Amino acid sequence: MLKVNDLSVKLGNFELSGISFAVELGEYFVLLGNSGAGKSVLLQMIGGLIPVGGGRVLLNGREITGEKIQNRGVGLVFQDAALFPHMSVFNNIAYPLKSKKFTTRQIEGRVGELAEITSISHILRRSPRNLSGGEMQRVALARALALEPECLLLDEPLSSLDVQLRGELRSLLREINGRGQTVVHVTHDYEEAVLLAKRIGVIEKGSIVQTGSPAEVFQHPRSEFVARFTGIRNFFGGTLREGDTSLKHFTGPDQQFTLLSDEPPGEGFVVIRAEDVIISDSKPLSSAVNNFKGRVISIGPARIGSEVIVDIGVEVGALLSDESVAALQLKAGKEVWLSIKASAIKFIRK
Amino acid sequence: MKEFQPFRLLLVFLGGIVLLFIVAPLAGMFIATSPSDLFDTAADREVTGSIWLTLWTSMLATMIFAVAAVPFSWFLARKKFPGKRLVTGIIDVPVVIPHSAAGIAILGFVSRDTAVGRLGDSIGISFVGSAPGIILAMAFVSIPFLVNAARSGFETVPEKLEKAALNLGASPARVFFTISLPLAWRSVLSGLIMMWARGMSEFGAVVIVAYHPMIAPVLIWERFTAFGLSNARPVAVLFISVCLLFFIVLRMLSNRFEDAESK
Repeated sequence: MLKVNDLSVKLGNFELSGISFAVELGEYFVLLGNSGAGKSVLLQMIGGLIPVGGGRVLLNGREITGEKIQNRGVGLVFQDAALFPHMSVFNNIAYPLKSKKFTTRQIEGRVGELAEITSISHILRRSPRNLSGGEMQRVALARALALEPECLLLDEPLSSLDVQLRGELRSLLREINGRGQTVVHVTHDYEEAVLLAKRIGVIEKGSIVQTGSPAEVFQHPRSEFVARFTGIRNFFGGTLREGDTSLKHFTGPDQQFTLLSDEPPGEGFVVIRAEDVIISDSKPLSSAVNNFKGRVISIGPARIGSEVIVDIGVEVGALLSDESVAALQLKAGKEVWLSIKASAIKFIRK
Repeated sequence: MKEFQPFRLLLVFLGGIVLLFIVAPLAGMFIATSPSDLFDTAADREVTGSIWLTLWTSMLATMIFAVAAVPFSWFLARKKFPGKRLVTGIIDVPVVIPHSAAGIAILGFVSRDTAVGRLGDSIGISFVGSAPGIILAMAFVSIPFLVNAARSGFETVPEKLEKAALNLGASPARVFFTISLPLAWRSVLSGLIMMWARGMSEFGAVVIVAYHPMIAPVLIWERFTAFGLSNARPVAVLFISVCLLFFIVLRMLSNRFEDAESK
């Protein structure tokens, strides 16, 4: 278990303060925040690359706050992979094993095993200079896993990859986590968080503003920042099925949606921006194919306008102007119709 | 047809003057030396002995001081500490002071009546009028070339790679030898060659610390003052030829090394 207690640091004008969170053994924890929020600094503090100003870091009961980088038991994967350019892929992965005086035979065995897990057996003799972004990240992962770290720290590992490679690497990360590896992953991309995290910590201006499961964080943002940053209050899990027409059907435990998507059928999530949800007094005659009758649960101020939460089997948030709220005479308990265009619903594959 | 550019023509002309200024005296010296003079000089044991002495003392000075100077260069490239500007300024001092003054300073430091001189004597090493003295004088004037080149090289190595290596369980010493040094190797090698070359060409500091045994620059000076230009010239040509040969070979080796590395 990784436990971070009241961690703080001051680097020039930037400050991290009061950072506390815990990551259970074998958990996949995603730290989500904008660029400059302090995610990478926090990761490097845990890894010992940046000295801690105050607070404590405990790893499986052992205090590692002031421990030397090389003795921390955490594996760090950098955003740009940070492979050693003058060594082959094999020697990059073997590097930590040589540092710990493994025998040649043990090194060959372990590198082979890691290369198999990360699907890079065919590039072991190549130079990192000639690798694609996805291959580089796989090598960096294999290298970081070589010493079986108690905790794997990932700094935006998918950000430099194209969509297809992201999907492949996400599967690999899930597989690595499935083997019991504790992971802390920092990113600014909520899709990564949704698809990988068991729990999420949202970081803003050097502080963690909310932690919880993806559903808790996205559906019940505890602050305006979280709501605005994640921007996907309407976030539901379920299964996508082919339809008879160009439209596909998404079935969650409590509601169904019809959507336009070029994704193949399968498990995943749908996200609907609150701005794309329309509320009417009566059943509308429009091009929107998703029309639900529901009841207003609450109306609260948003950054601009108001957020109206409507229960249609699941709670859906709609962003309305204050004028619309007044014109529709919306109040808690009122029955309304809620419409969403099929093209406004985004499906994210698991 | 290319447009006529007067400024470009001026640049070519000025560049030609600079090149001519360097090449002409050297070429003139080579042309003025007959092959027979050169063969006679090459057969002169005093000349060959002095060239050999110059080569190995400068080489040894470079190797001995590199042991301390290269890690120190890494330290200067990486660490911030109070007085760092002063330290980097001190490193450049040998470049700016007159080398005869540098020789006087070294002589004052290692002569027999100083602590260093007495320490040397007690273990059988005399620094005055000997190869160890030549090595010290050469190192004194040439070490800034190594430190500055190596420091620039280490500055270009991403610190992140060193941190990644530490994170992978390597000790700081292992990180230095397996990551920092190999990645800065080109600049370090260049610094080593520059230090060696500068050491070989040193006259002022060496002549004060050790007139004898005679290194090639001192021998050239002695031949010139005793026998005149025509007698000193073949020695100079031979010495320059040997130096050039070594540089060309070293550059070729380092280029081949780089090519192999970049493949």
